[in-house]
Amino acid sequence: MTLHVINKTPQNKSLYLNMLNGLSSGDAILLIEDAVYSALEAHQSLFKALSPDDIQLSALEADIQARGLEDKLSPRFSSVNDQGFVKLSCEHDKIVSWY
Amino acid sequence: MKFSLIVHASPFSAQTSSTAYRYAKCLLEEGHQIFRIFYYGDGVLVANQQIAPPQDETNLLTSWQLLAKTHNLDLVVCIAAAVKRGVLDDNEAQRYDKKNANLALGFELSGLGQLAEAIAASDRVITFGN
Repeated sequence: MTLHVINKTPQNKSLYLNMLNGLSSGDAILLIEDAVYSALEAHQSLFKALSPDDIQLSALEADIQARGLEDKLSPRFSSVNDQGFVKLSCEHDKIVSWY
Repeated sequence: MKFSLIVHASPFSAQTSSTAYRYAKCLLEEGHQIFRIFYYGDGVLVANQQIAPPQDETNLLTSWQLLAKTHNLDLVVCIAAAVKRGVLDDNEAQRYDKKNANLALGFELSGLGQLAEAIAASDRVITFGN
């Protein structure tokens, strides 16, 4: 199981496609930095092929707050703090960064 | 758990270098161990002791140094990437006939072998790039 950490805006479509094409069941995606914009409702088509039971979706709390997006996230995403980031890292045996 | 971090991101052009610092700090607070932090590519720029950011900006260099001192961290800077960007220790300054060394205290120049060892020795490896 792999944790995928991505830090670019949803406009970097090919980066997202590369990540999404490489997902396996049980993987998780964590949006950090400018990637938290991808958790907005308007960008959910990016993730439409993923089954919520299969791939855990989250976004980093500090980066959400820094961009004022607290109330605007799609319910598919849970917000995790830095401790949550560390916990996700421990729960997955590989961490792949997309940037 | 034993972690290693690879920092590719420049300290000046994006947020990632400070994310790496925050992550490292949180790892230690959560009781994990950091085997090594390896600075690579533009990431090496943070190890230049001549860095003097404006007073209202975070000084990542001193943040890393303090964290390393408190927790006895192994901060390794890729020697090829560093020399190319003008980050030199005494040896390299002498070798390339430069007047001054400017590698910040607490950092060490070394090669990719250190990265390979870190990957082999750690339970988790995480890359911070931009």
